[in-house]
Amino acid sequence: MSDLALTRRAAKVADEAPLAKAAAIAAALAFLSLFFLAPLAVVIAQASAKGFSAYWQALAEPDARAAIALTLTIAAVVVPLNAGFGLAAAWAIAKFQFAGKNLAVTLIDLPFSVSPVVSGLVFVLLFGAQGWFGGFLAAHHVKIIFAVPGIALATLFVTFPFVARELIALMQQQGTAEEEAALTLGAGGLKTFLSVTLPNAKWALLTGVLLCNARAMGEFGAVSVVSGHIRGATNTIPLQVEILYNEYSIAAAFALASLLALLALVTLVVKLAVEARAAR
Amino acid sequence: MSRALVWRQSSPLPGFRLTLGLTLAYLAVVVLIPLAALILRAAKLGLPGIVHIALDSRVVAALRVTFGVSLAASAVDVVFGVLVAWVLTRYRFPGRRAFDAMVDLPFALPTAVAGIALATLYAPNGVFGAALERIGLRVAFTPWGILVALIFVGLPFVVRAVQPVLQDLDAELEEASATLGASRAKTLRRVILPQIAPAALTGMALAFARGVGEYGSVIFIAGNIAYVSEIAPLLIIVKLEEYDYDGATAIAAIMLAVSFVMLFVINAAQGWSRRRTGHV
Repeated sequence: MSDLALTRRAAKVADEAPLAKAAAIAAALAFLSLFFLAPLAVVIAQASAKGFSAYWQALAEPDARAAIALTLTIAAVVVPLNAGFGLAAAWAIAKFQFAGKNLAVTLIDLPFSVSPVVSGLVFVLLFGAQGWFGGFLAAHHVKIIFAVPGIALATLFVTFPFVARELIALMQQQGTAEEEAALTLGAGGLKTFLSVTLPNAKWALLTGVLLCNARAMGEFGAVSVVSGHIRGATNTIPLQVEILYNEYSIAAAFALASLLALLALVTLVVKLAVEARAAR
Repeated sequence: MSRALVWRQSSPLPGFRLTLGLTLAYLAVVVLIPLAALILRAAKLGLPGIVHIALDSRVVAALRVTFGVSLAASAVDVVFGVLVAWVLTRYRFPGRRAFDAMVDLPFALPTAVAGIALATLYAPNGVFGAALERIGLRVAFTPWGILVALIFVGLPFVVRAVQPVLQDLDAELEEASATLGASRAKTLRRVILPQIAPAALTGMALAFARGVGEYGSVIFIAGNIAYVSEIAPLLIIVKLEEYDYDGATAIAAIMLAVSFVMLFVINAAQGWSRRRTGHV
């Protein structure tokens, strides 16, 4: 038997019967459809149930517009801060060998293993009326909890690891040879970073920023604890969705929710495109 | 000086002190100091104080529901997650890439959006809810609803842990097993399953940890009936709304302690997985 025939034969013995294969595919797709496709379909169906003008009205309503504006503001503050931190952390952790590196990585990932509600609670314990700095803040008329700064802090906390973790994983693989070459050729540290490291890591940076942004705009539990739910002032989009849903304004709730669902889909598509690019 | 005593290996790259300093300072301000506030507050309560609050029957019920349902959901996720990962890596069928991308949906879709979508689907007048009602099963506003939401948020952890291991499985082992006369089912059980078990368990632990802390996707579908379908994160919010900071702190401290234990277990499982398969 030729090698090719042998390989074919082997491929055949190491494979499932066609019927078992079809059953496995059917079961997996049924599960994904039930748990993943159906919720997406419901968001679209409910948001469009009352027609385009009702959809538009729900989004143009003053409280909804305030919620959209607040969500965009929070993301505009939080994402650049965490992206800057992610770059610094990835440079220190991926390009150098030092004691305590694993501990640093674990600490960076820490917010992922803390419940969103607990993430909000810690800021209430710090800055709330009965918190550590509550008296000091009240005496100086600074409001953090039940105000925008508290929402920004809680969002910073929960989205903290996204950019750093994407960058660290990639930059560790890439090593330091290219940077060392650039330095040998006379480039300065900043120039090396800007024209060697950053271009090499740009796609991981984009993925990290997108995931960080999606979470920053969609965070619910942590923000819910610190926001105080003041309409038109401290409600982000997810909090406004909750209020509308609990008031039985179902179509309006889903109209706002559809914005976040769209953001999620765009995030997933871009992530897929970046991964396909990286695989090539 | 021996190498173990060297704090940092020398490197020609600049900026180590600057970036590590920035990283640690930012980490301290955004994550560590807030978490320390919680730990200090819990320490002030003392272990007897925490235990006293934890033994309150409503707290016990909430913790039992939270941990019990999270465990059940992660068990469902490990079965279907392995199936989905297998089908997505081993078989070719139309729409495979779209379904593969969809697995990340719970990472990108805000929890509140998932929550209202699942609640609408499974409500007694919803598409799935009405059908299940006919066979006598009520999902919405019962612990079953919590199970559905936690299966949704946990699945990608298992799929994304198992997929890379499946991709790199050595085909020769399967072929050898088949050549030596094992049936396909036996090969799956005795050759493939042991190789993916560590990754599957890592994914299951991650899904469990996420489930314990989950808030947004659960509260809309759970009905939040005290003693029946009230989860621990919600009880923290209830306590905060009653200005019972101590109660909230005690529950949060218990959840944080469990997260740290889980983090340790996950790290150990990942180490095991890496030693066995060369994968995270």
